[in-house]
Amino acid sequence: MLRRLIFAGQLAFTLLVAAFLIVPAVLSMLAGVTVNYFRGIRSGVTLEWMVQVWELYADTIVRSFEVAFATLLFTLIIGVPAAYALHVRGGRLSRLIEEIITLPLAVPGLAIALALLLTYGGFGAFRGSRLFIVAGHVVFTLPFMVRAVMAVFAAIDVKTLDESAASLGASPWRRFRDVIAPNARPGILAGSLMVVTLSLGEFNLTWMLHTPLTKTLPVGLADSYASMRLEIASAYTLIFFIMIIPLLVVMQVLGREKRSAA
Amino acid sequence: MSLAARFRLRAPNSAGSSAAFARLCLLPLAIVVAAFFLLPMLRLTAVGAGGPKGMAAYAAILIEPRYRATLINTVVLAAATTTATLVIATIAGLFLQRNRFPGHALLVAMLTFPLAFPGVVVGFMVILLAGRQGLIGDISLRLTGGKLVFAYSLGGLFLGYLYFSIPRVILTVMAAVEKLDPRLEEAARSLGAGPWAVHRDVILPALVPAFVASGAIAFATAMGAFGTAFTLATNVDVLPMLIYTEFTLAADLAMAAALSVGLGLVAWAILALARSFAGTTIAAAG
Repeated sequence: MLRRLIFAGQLAFTLLVAAFLIVPAVLSMLAGVTVNYFRGIRSGVTLEWMVQVWELYADTIVRSFEVAFATLLFTLIIGVPAAYALHVRGGRLSRLIEEIITLPLAVPGLAIALALLLTYGGFGAFRGSRLFIVAGHVVFTLPFMVRAVMAVFAAIDVKTLDESAASLGASPWRRFRDVIAPNARPGILAGSLMVVTLSLGEFNLTWMLHTPLTKTLPVGLADSYASMRLEIASAYTLIFFIMIIPLLVVMQVLGREKRSAA
Repeated sequence: MSLAARFRLRAPNSAGSSAAFARLCLLPLAIVVAAFFLLPMLRLTAVGAGGPKGMAAYAAILIEPRYRATLINTVVLAAATTTATLVIATIAGLFLQRNRFPGHALLVAMLTFPLAFPGVVVGFMVILLAGRQGLIGDISLRLTGGKLVFAYSLGGLFLGYLYFSIPRVILTVMAAVEKLDPRLEEAARSLGAGPWAVHRDVILPALVPAFVASGAIAFATAMGAFGTAFTLATNVDVLPMLIYTEFTLAADLAMAAALSVGLGLVAWAILALARSFAGTTIAAAG
């Protein structure tokens, strides 16, 4: 009897926590397609707000994808070889480098953005371009790519593979291309999903780094929260949800596969 | 001697070229991190000390009443969020990892769904809950006749940081509970310990490393969170908002830089301390 009571109590508590997290998200999704949120869903369902968001903010949505994929490209080019080198070299220097590249996760985005502005604010063309935002996103997301790839290297003993290939006379570049990179695929995929998701939602850095001509989606969101009616802000948020939910689902599925494989 | 090692002895050139290749692989990383992180952070530190106050700008964070009050506000809020998150996530995480029932997977998915929400979106969620047209205000209006609106106050920020941290901490707690050795509990139970004693003396102590790791992340994240505070446009002074206003409204670059360096150092130190205690790599979340 007592056991059942405890179970029921814990279940109720957990459901309450889930409601706290999910109810506002559902409210926002509903508000995005409701004619008048104040009068409720009875006032009718409409796509009018979505159309208005597209007219007002389409450029931010497109730009966010551009920035996310540019960030992904850079983190791949920089992160995958670096993860390989850090893994095979090992030692104190490699650990120090790892430590340094994970620092941007501890230091708040606001501080990094301010630092970038103080350093490159004078370079007008660079400061005003999307590349400036990409630079910030790369610094912030790089550790996720490096770590995801290094985790795979640690799991499959890539060092032995690499040494076997070397003993057969393969050049370092061929080894990287034909042995290392293909084996790192699960890590590259996991890292890429993470990088794109983080970049699409990044606000703290981007708010400081953007110019009126380089607004991204989260910057536009903040703008709509401050100055648009609730239905438009909600419709805009709904578009953001639609963009990131598929990424989250794939990440969860991959995570589950990894756990069941281990 | 391993096969590979023997080959390396015979062909020292190959080992040499491998080391050179590894260095080459690190080159892009070194350039980007130096140019877009290390150099800017050095510049930030220098600007912080280069204002009219000089190095004293750093001391001002602790001495000047306005800055000190903000710092205390931020730390208290972050500590309160962390404590509340740990309590909530432990109850829910223990329950979810220990019980299987229909709808379990869905419940876990619901609890971890907001993991990728940026701070701005979390702020909007708080507005929908506790804002002027919010759900809580609606319900309170019907129940008591008074509209309860607290999204734009300290309570709103607290709710927002809670929203942000709960999914992360629940995941960590669930993973830690999964790794617990069930034999320890069985032993305690066979020695006559009741469920309460098992939790107090066996389960919770074993989870302490997970609490430290995830608590540090929640704390550091709450200290530096900007998006939520920005969206709620609170009149509550927290450190990130202070930095932002110093930078944009007061145009006091040196003070904004000094405050940023201070904030960065505190966040980094908390995570480093927690890591040396818990022995795992951990990081704050955007």
